[in-house]
Amino acid sequence: MANPVIKVENLTKKFNGFTAVDSINFEVNEGCVFGLLGPNGAGKTTTISMLSTLLLPTSGMASVNGYDVQRDPAMVRRSIGIVFQDPSSDDILTGRENLLLHCMLFDVPNAEIKSRIDWALKLVGLTEWANILLKKYSGGMRRRLELARGLLHKPKILFLDEPTLGLDPQARENIWQYIEDLVKNEKVSIILTTHYMEEADRLCDQVAIIDHGKIIVSGTPDKLKGSIPEPQRPPDIFKATLHDVFLHYTGRQLRENGESAEGGFMQRVLNYTKKNR
Amino acid sequence: MRELKGLVGLWYRELLVFWREKSRIVSSLFSPILWLVVFGSGMGTVSHVGGVNYQTFLFPGILCMSVLFSSIFFGLYIVWDKRIDFFKEVLVAPLSRVTIFTGKMLGGTTDSLIQGAILLSLGLFFGIHYSVFSVIAAMLILFLLSSALVSLGLMIGALMDSLEGFNLFVSFLIFPMFFFSGALFPLENLPAWLKFFTYIDPVTYAVDAMRGILLKLNRFPLGLDFLVLAGFAFFFISAGTLAFRKLK
Repeated sequence: MANPVIKVENLTKKFNGFTAVDSINFEVNEGCVFGLLGPNGAGKTTTISMLSTLLLPTSGMASVNGYDVQRDPAMVRRSIGIVFQDPSSDDILTGRENLLLHCMLFDVPNAEIKSRIDWALKLVGLTEWANILLKKYSGGMRRRLELARGLLHKPKILFLDEPTLGLDPQARENIWQYIEDLVKNEKVSIILTTHYMEEADRLCDQVAIIDHGKIIVSGTPDKLKGSIPEPQRPPDIFKATLHDVFLHYTGRQLRENGESAEGGFMQRVLNYTKKNR
Repeated sequence: MRELKGLVGLWYRELLVFWREKSRIVSSLFSPILWLVVFGSGMGTVSHVGGVNYQTFLFPGILCMSVLFSSIFFGLYIVWDKRIDFFKEVLVAPLSRVTIFTGKMLGGTTDSLIQGAILLSLGLFFGIHYSVFSVIAAMLILFLLSSALVSLGLMIGALMDSLEGFNLFVSFLIFPMFFFSGALFPLENLPAWLKFFTYIDPVTYAVDAMRGILLKLNRFPLGLDFLVLAGFAFFFISAGTLAFRKLK
């Protein structure tokens, strides 16, 4: 019997009348990777901010690890680790110093601090870079360090907000691998947001497609792909992607044309198959 | 314990950053020394105050000025932290806002005190004679002054979203606080309007106490200076804590 670690009911956030998140509902089961997939401005980060107690919901309810985000924010914070969309580490400190600071802020037992930092550095392959100032790190290394940092206090749930945004394909592949290893080896549930459908496809057990603050459809990636009716589903040789799912449910591209090679290619293929049907 | 450990962590971070950016120390000493050497010697040719030459008279005032500037401008780092999102990492930690504020405040106060101590030691070149008591008392006054002003700076920083906004607001605050404090002139025989502004400026009491401690030239009793400064410190620390509580 699956055990939900995150429960979201009718969660809503309005900013001065603008509804950023509109009455969404979902559950994340223990040990699962749950993806919020949607374009920029869809309300993904706002959702993460509410779940991590950085923003108060306008209405609705959310619980994380059994604690209500409004009534029990301190316990929620103890249960989660976050990798933010924007870099949130200190570039004038070394990698190790950043991790040490995190251990102190999150009350990692003193006796374990050193071994946990070494473990986390090894996990993301940054052991050799431990004593180098973050200024010298590349974007991908910084993201890996922040991934390591999010794990130091052994959170039950890890939040990844656009974990590979702005990274080159190789760095992205690296992060994906670390996340996959994490899921395999550590007992952690993950909720991630992304606008890369390849990412959601590869990493997530469950995906919810979010657009204009609403969850349009959710399910396993395969179920979603199978839910596109025949005429719109591309022939099997092209294999349906979550991109097609998004297109089907919203009538729009997930991203502007040509932003990624795959999106542009798929679009061309789709246009071609439509014309020649 | 949990809160204390977080507080030490935040404090430690501020000290590390301060240590890495040694240029901050050098630049923070530059303008006080300019005031003392150039303005002090220049004015020294035409005036003596309370039986000491003007440069010596000026020293306690410039000492407080340096702490005033470095303390309030420490609030800038909060705006910066918010910009680079480092602060999110701190805000999402399971710590109370009071702890986060106190950690930052102690970090900033320590920075200011290190700069203050360096400048204080330079007093030897400006005709100041020290005793163990005067050094301890002077540092205590600097501590009260800087904890009040760092809190004020952090409070402004917490409310501001842009570096430009912070700078603009602070320069409207910091220059009056400096000029009305009597750092540059004795408090006796001031015209009534100037006296009024001087008396509501917290820095006045630090300058006066510092003059009392280093030169025995105080206008108010030292105990009064101390109490007023402690009152201001208490007020700004409370106000800063409240401002942090509102921080998203």
